Amino acid sequence: MHIGIDVGGTNTDAVLMDGTRTLVGVKHSTTPDVTDGIVRALENLRAGHHFEGNQIEAVMIGTTHFINALVQAKGLAPTAALRLGLPATKALPPLVDWPETLIEALDARSYLAHGGYEFDGRPISPLNPAELREHAADMKAHGIRSVAISAVFSPVNHDLEVQAAAIIAEEMGPDVAISLSHEIGRIGLLERENATIINAALRELAAEIIDGLSAAVRKQGIEAPIFLSQNDGTLMDEDYVRLYPVATFASGPTNSMRGAALTSGLGSCAVVDVGGTTTDIGLLINGFPRETANEVKVAGIRTNFRMPDVLSLAIGGGSIVNTETGEVGPESVGYKLTTEALVFGGSTLTATDIAVAAGRADIGDPSKVAHLDPALVQRVLDRITDRITEAVDRMRTSPEPIPVVAVGGGSILLPDELPLFGAVHLPENYAVANAIGASIAQVGGEIDKVYSIEPGRREETLAEVRAEAVDKAISAGASPQSVVIVDFDEVPIPYLPGNATRIRAKAVGDLDMGGTL
Amino acid sequence: MSWQLTAADLPDLARGATLLGTGGGGDPYIGLMLVKQVLDDRSITILDPDEIADDLFVIPTAQMGAPTVMIEKIPAGTEPTLALRTLEEHLGRRADATMPIECGGINSMIPLIVAAETGLPVVDADGMGRAFPELSMETFAVYGVHGSPLALAGERGERVIIDTGDDDRQMEWLARGITIRLGGVGHIAEYAMSGADVKRTAVPRTLSMALNLGRAIRLAREEHRSPFDAIGETLAPTLYSNMRELFVGKVTDVDRRTTDGFAKGRAVISALDQANPETLEIVFQNENLIARRGGEVVAIVPDLICVVDHETAEPITTEGLRYGQRVRVLGISTPEMMRTPEALAAFGPTAFGLTDPFVPVESRA
Repeated sequence: MHIGIDVGGTNTDAVLMDGTRTLVGVKHSTTPDVTDGIVRALENLRAGHHFEGNQIEAVMIGTTHFINALVQAKGLAPTAALRLGLPATKALPPLVDWPETLIEALDARSYLAHGGYEFDGRPISPLNPAELREHAADMKAHGIRSVAISAVFSPVNHDLEVQAAAIIAEEMGPDVAISLSHEIGRIGLLERENATIINAALRELAAEIIDGLSAAVRKQGIEAPIFLSQNDGTLMDEDYVRLYPVATFASGPTNSMRGAALTSGLGSCAVVDVGGTTTDIGLLINGFPRETANEVKVAGIRTNFRMPDVLSLAIGGGSIVNTETGEVGPESVGYKLTTEALVFGGSTLTATDIAVAAGRADIGDPSKVAHLDPALVQRVLDRITDRITEAVDRMRTSPEPIPVVAVGGGSILLPDELPLFGAVHLPENYAVANAIGASIAQVGGEIDKVYSIEPGRREETLAEVRAEAVDKAISAGASPQSVVIVDFDEVPIPYLPGNATRIRAKAVGDLDMGGTL
Repeated sequence: MSWQLTAADLPDLARGATLLGTGGGGDPYIGLMLVKQVLDDRSITILDPDEIADDLFVIPTAQMGAPTVMIEKIPAGTEPTLALRTLEEHLGRRADATMPIECGGINSMIPLIVAAETGLPVVDADGMGRAFPELSMETFAVYGVHGSPLALAGERGERVIIDTGDDDRQMEWLARGITIRLGGVGHIAEYAMSGADVKRTAVPRTLSMALNLGRAIRLAREEHRSPFDAIGETLAPTLYSNMRELFVGKVTDVDRRTTDGFAKGRAVISALDQANPETLEIVFQNENLIARRGGEVVAIVPDLICVVDHETAEPITTEGLRYGQRVRVLGISTPEMMRTPEALAAFGPTAFGLTDPFVPVESRA
């Protein structure tokens, strides 16, 4: 048996699975202390279907913590972006295209320094340690706790990023977190740098979240490995997440879409995942989330992640309703839903209260919303329907009808039918689809190395790299017949002899649960 | 009619210019950001080539180098205007306007940076009618205007004048060598000419065509119409009137290397239906040069071979090509002035070492 847990901003869902069969699923609100929420989820699972700690072979956790932190600009560390590239790149300094509100939320500071490489590996200019120390002193004076370092052409040669990191660490002390761009992204300076800055801003939160998650699981007598789901639907271990929280970014939508596919049995559909804080809309084509074609904007920032193409609206069960305008969100009470919403005796009018007042859901105490003006209730629901319909309409790329599948706890906000799209499919276990998606997440093997390709041996070398990635996925626990290559990238490095080429290959497969109950 | 271009037009222009880049020309996003930084809320005057005075003095501006370098080593920002000023100084004459030498890719944007910085207007025309990998591949040169003297500027304030008389290939060769020494990107001012020369030798209204294409694709998506129809409708009344869909499929191989300052390689696109063994192979040198379907040539340079997302029609550059992408490949006809024997000698198949003859895309499919 294995356990899938999805920790959203508002709700924590958990499922106990036997292969792809859901034994039991539970849902309750996310607690301010992550640990408590996981403990309660595991206790509830056990109450629903008894298990011993040693029967659990793996715990897979998906969390939207990190993307929510960015979207809401909360819990982010004061971050500095340091770029090595002067005198080049001055026209577009780090953070150039960032929304002002996010720059403020990060107390972000941007620094340009000498360094970086030309395409052929020559330094653009030598590293200037005095300049870096000066920048470090300024970062320190401004309370910076996390630093993102990017250098021009660091995917080709990362030595200067590493050297600059050593100088910054020396000046700022061991507590400062440093993220290096060559470990996070590929060629494309601004996009790689942006992803690195996001990662840096999330490092403190990552340590806090991982400590909480693992303590909670261990407390239940479960010693099985803990995995977190990544953007591409594959799993990573907890130590990796501490360093690269940005890799979990789009795992929420990926998990909900994969969960929707499994529970609805529909291969191609639009998936509307209504959570506590946001609604994520994506397209599932033949069982796989449609990926974005080129740039990926996260919270208004351009990056080059491979991610499912998802449109996020700030509408969720916890969204605060403005009684004047009838508008919902973007503010949400989040995990405080069960204390702040009217139906739970609180004093904030939320979207959940509206759903209860309209008789769409039986949550909390309906008498607490009996006083709401039916006209307001209708206006709010209509507004939600309009915005979601419009968003689904924007996502589809042809006028052909496409079935709509609703998942997530906030699905109660949706009507039975959407204009333009007809009936909304609500699969069994719809409320815990994310947790189901996390539990069926796959494992991957990634190769990222510089190869010297001899003339005429390109095909052979590529085949070797692919085979190596497949083997790595299998040794990580993928069942051999399910492994496929999902990502492949070749970057020639002209300055090294022997046709040196950086090759990245990623293979993924289903986690082998063979022989388990 | 002259018109005003504002920062709000830039995303559409960038999309259209990427399509006309036919796989190369560099990612205009960086160029767009550079223009935005200097333009702010002002506007740039764009001049219609038919309406300019014969004695208008035009100095085109551009960037040269490998596309993979441009997305990584961003300019210092001062280079394009420095190149223009250097050529003005050398010629002893101030420019009345600037102009693109290449309407595809990032070079649609460089003259706009110069215009935003100096207040000069930009002529709505160019010398490539698309993107090409070499500075000598210009209708300007084909019809008698030479690129030399050329001014080249680097991010450290380096300035170089190259004067090769009427030998545009030698100019390209020397400028390319210096650009490699500069780290793969250089900014240039060249092909200084009169308004009369513009009318005679430039491909007209390509900047506005790029803007219209980008806008049409966006509007079609917003209105759930086919963006491919929108591209076809936009091209129909222009000098690029024929569009053909050459292939729909999935990228299954990309082989790419940087040689002599160019990104050279090939991409293989396989049919989505796995039972169908047919593939389309594209060979590129910065730009897509030739497309072979099942071994048979279906489009060849100078006609445009454009790889776009198979649903959204977002153009995909050769450096953006990745394994697994679902794409459509479009062939677009070029104006007659780009298909004459003199033009084909400069930038037709033989100029790229291809042995296949030029056959117009509209006569194949």
